[in-house]
Amino acid sequence: MTNTHVDYQLSQLDQLEAESIHIFREVAAEFEKPVLMFSGGKDSIVMLRLAEKAFFPAKLPFPLLQVDTGLDFDEVLSTRDSWVERLGARMIVATIDEAIKAGHVVDDGKTSRNRMQIGTLLGAIEENGFTAAFGGGRRDEEKARAKERVYSHRDDFGQWDPKNQRPELWSLYNGRIHAGEHMRIFPLSNWTELDIWSYIHREQIEIPSIYFAHEREVIERDGMLLSVGPEIQPKGGEKIERKLVRFRTVGDRTQTGCVESEASDTAAIIEEIAVARVTERGATRGDDRFSEAAMEDRKKEGYF
Amino acid sequence: MADEKTTTVGEEAAAVTENADLLRFATAGSVDDGKSTLIGRLLLDSKSIFEDQLEAVESTSQSKGYDYTDLALLTDGLRSEREQGITIDVAYRYFATPNRKFIIADTPGHIQYTRNMVTGASTADLGLVLVDARQGLTEQSRRHAVLLSLLRVPHLVLAINKMDLVDWDESVYEKIHREFTTFATKLNIPDLEVIPISALQGDNVVNRSENTPWYSGPTLMHHLEHVHVASDRDLVDTRFPVQFVIRPKSDQYHDFRGYAGQVAGGVLKKGDEVVVLPSGMTSTISKVELFDTEIAEAFPPMSVTIHLEDDVDVSRGDMIARPKNAPKPSQDIDAMICWMTNEPLKPRQKLAIKHTTRTGRAMVKDIQYRLDVNSLHRDQEAGELALNEIGRVQLRTTVPLLCDPYSKNRTTGSFILIDEATGVTVGAGMINSGA
Ligand SMILES: Nc1nc2c(ncn2[C@@H]2O[C@H](COP(=O)(O)OP(=O)(O)OP(=O)(O)O)[C@@H](O)[C@H]2O)c(=O)[nH]1
Ligand SMILES: [Mg+2]
Repeated sequence: MTNTHVDYQLSQLDQLEAESIHIFREVAAEFEKPVLMFSGGKDSIVMLRLAEKAFFPAKLPFPLLQVDTGLDFDEVLSTRDSWVERLGARMIVATIDEAIKAGHVVDDGKTSRNRMQIGTLLGAIEENGFTAAFGGGRRDEEKARAKERVYSHRDDFGQWDPKNQRPELWSLYNGRIHAGEHMRIFPLSNWTELDIWSYIHREQIEIPSIYFAHEREVIERDGMLLSVGPEIQPKGGEKIERKLVRFRTVGDRTQTGCVESEASDTAAIIEEIAVARVTERGATRGDDRFSEAAMEDRKKEGYF
Repeated sequence: MADEKTTTVGEEAAAVTENADLLRFATAGSVDDGKSTLIGRLLLDSKSIFEDQLEAVESTSQSKGYDYTDLALLTDGLRSEREQGITIDVAYRYFATPNRKFIIADTPGHIQYTRNMVTGASTADLGLVLVDARQGLTEQSRRHAVLLSLLRVPHLVLAINKMDLVDWDESVYEKIHREFTTFATKLNIPDLEVIPISALQGDNVVNRSENTPWYSGPTLMHHLEHVHVASDRDLVDTRFPVQFVIRPKSDQYHDFRGYAGQVAGGVLKKGDEVVVLPSGMTSTISKVELFDTEIAEAFPPMSVTIHLEDDVDVSRGDMIARPKNAPKPSQDIDAMICWMTNEPLKPRQKLAIKHTTRTGRAMVKDIQYRLDVNSLHRDQEAGELALNEIGRVQLRTTVPLLCDPYSKNRTTGSFILIDEATGVTVGAGMINSGA
């Protein structure tokens, strides 16, 4: 039994944890068919940890849904499997290839796999009749996300209408939806990147090894370091280099860059972030670079 | 170099992040008074802006032909906001100093988006009202001050902005200061600080200004870092709205039955005698748990699991309180309501209501008065509440609410009204008392 709170103060990290747990329980109580969107990245793993705490010792009252791009890092998949096994969770994997077959997405040869996740995800939500989908988005990630409610309403087409969001007062969340609509739920809304890492550090949470410094063959393209593999081969004057790197986000391996780093444990990563001068997405996500409002556009379409 | 037990920078940063306290604040004030610019300035001068973010904002400002970097672009993240140069919906931004993490809600000043301002202010510990020094108080600054007071945001800062445009004239500051203090006497504002600033140039935001030798108060940042928020919670009146009943139905935890929820008031511990509302059954707390660990006490805003000694009937929507200190279940509710949709609120109207973890239906019995935000006059002839209007309303609910006056507890004293046809949140309610 612990008795550390003699002054009845809750640290900010504990307050964030309490808020997120409240959100998980609220959704589990009020929605017929919730699902947790699991990417295998650090944010969705922190979500899993919070969900574990919210319902302990019961199993999660909802399944996990992963969109398999076919381009996920092996390290991410193995961490996923170990979490799923430990929690005894139910896992649904929606693949882009199946979504193409089912007609949820069109492969026109120009659209990136990352972008095709949208149709795949929406197809899986519709097919399974999910009414609420937890996502690991944080408001500190990007300026359009900074505007989003914790309960974010999606219409029949899975679209977000940023100019017409429902008011969201206190911690009284409104989960009403019509048939065919669903709600995106963001339990990590108020967490910053530093909060996430401090929590991983404190709770000693298992995350994919590619977040930590390791040697890897990379090429530099458009100012990003991309991992050499079947899809990424040098072209033009690009040359392969072996570098000590780590990933700050994990996604589609053709789109996600890594950064040079010596940070081999969570404390070292926190040190790196505490002095970082470039945001997480700016550094490593090719997808957001197209236009200034790229993220908003993709969110409107139903991207997580 | 790594000898015995030295803590690394990373470990220190982790400890700081973990242990800091939290201040939530919301901006308020009329359109163009400089709210978003101020938040941009605060982030910039506290070194919370990343290079790529600043570069993006600089290049947008240049391409728009501005003479200076428009710091409001740091928070106005939606396409339509950038096109129109106004804020439409709340932006949440974050920054931290060694002792405190700040959650900022930058809200819109435009009257059309008042509901978004209320969204941002409902959870705030501190309201930051901006006034354009050239204009003084406007109807919208008054409306926002009234809303902050109704929402019982316990701390208020009046930032008199654009002082650079009035030649740093002390008398302008004094005049607005006086005008606001007079207005505020009719409101509920326990703590007020008035600061002359220039959001654009950064005076008295993070750095003390040389242009205001006549001002001896704190800079905005200094005030935000030091304002005392810890005592704003109720640690006396035990209130635990049950959110979820945990029944694992597994062999290992066959008899486990825990009541999960977030503490809304008071302190709960093993051995406490409790009453479950609305049934009135009594029992004793046998265990308080946080995840897999038994803890000595739970207090707001912890999310915990409570176990009772007896097998009483407890479900979501019930409330655990103390036998001698429990809210009286009531179906007649007297509340201040902020109305947030185009179709006006009228007597006999029926709506869905959500209060703590309880939902039911409510009917409007009477609209007692509408509050004029300028004069604070109570118009008893109003008969209805239009979009963005505030008034005192009597409701009759289908289920008894287990409520306290909002002035005593912001969690058990608040509710939302939902349009049953559209599912949209249309009203915010603050309970005066169970009638
Ligand atoms: N000269 C001067 N101009 C300022 C100052 N603060 C803001 N401005 C300008 O005032 C205009 C409006 O600023 P915003 O920050 O967008 O105003 P706002 O209060 O956020 O507006 P809404 O969110 O739409 O209600 C911009 O052109 C700013 O550059 C100041 O201290 N001095
Ligand atoms: Mg603004």
